[in-house]
Amino acid sequence: MTISEIIKILDARVLCGENDLEQEVYTACGSDLMSDVLAFVKDKTVLITGLTNVHVIRTAEMLDIHCIVFARGKVPGEEVLEEARELGIVVLTTRHTTYTTCGLLYQMGIRGNNECVAKTE
Amino acid sequence: MVDVYNVKALDYGSAGDASATIKRKLKQLGVDSTILRRIAVASYEVELNLIIHSLGGTLTLKMSPTEILLVSDDIGPGIPDIEKALQEGFSTASEEARNLGFGAGMGLPNMKRNADEFSIESASGAGTHIRMRFQLQ
Repeated sequence: MTISEIIKILDARVLCGENDLEQEVYTACGSDLMSDVLAFVKDKTVLITGLTNVHVIRTAEMLDIHCIVFARGKVPGEEVLEEARELGIVVLTTRHTTYTTCGLLYQMGIRGNNECVAKTE
Repeated sequence: MVDVYNVKALDYGSAGDASATIKRKLKQLGVDSTILRRIAVASYEVELNLIIHSLGGTLTLKMSPTEILLVSDDIGPGIPDIEKALQEGFSTASEEARNLGFGAGMGLPNMKRNADEFSIESASGAGTHIRMRFQLQ
């Protein structure tokens, strides 16, 4: 699925990265805990979060996450977006909650990381 | 080649600076992206630990054609029970660290998982020394 399709599914607004919307997304991760994101994300993934500080962008940089969706209509500060722009990360915002955002993407075939499942068994 | 990065205690604003520099440097050197991601995650976790838990320290990157070494040394306060600290979910992080999205007790286990070799030495009242080795293919 491309980021463009995700924008349609989530009725999302692009905050930065307008020129990179045809990139593919294979998996998703929904969390406000960057510690968990660092522990579980292994492949190119879209990150859904309600946390809007700069550490979300830095965590994404370490993991090669190329798309972040801020849920519940949240919009991070300009300094956060500026860092995302510099790193070439696409940032979206959607009015849906984290739960609904994850559900909508799951319904359309985007799955989580298998390792998450293994770790909770 | 050896690079040393100073990491200050409680300097949350700088969190990730050293790891981002390390990641960019290794990318330029042509390190495979999968290995690079493992190094970056482990580096970021250990850098965060220095900021959140230590009184300050250094992160040292040693590069050779066959392996990457990441070594963290701090000046204290040390870990009283290393076995406990290595358990997923065990955390002594401050409210401030948690508010930023960290301190879930995943740091040390995550470093161990990502590195090909991981060792930690620490004692209460002394510094903590962490060594991580990554094999380059």
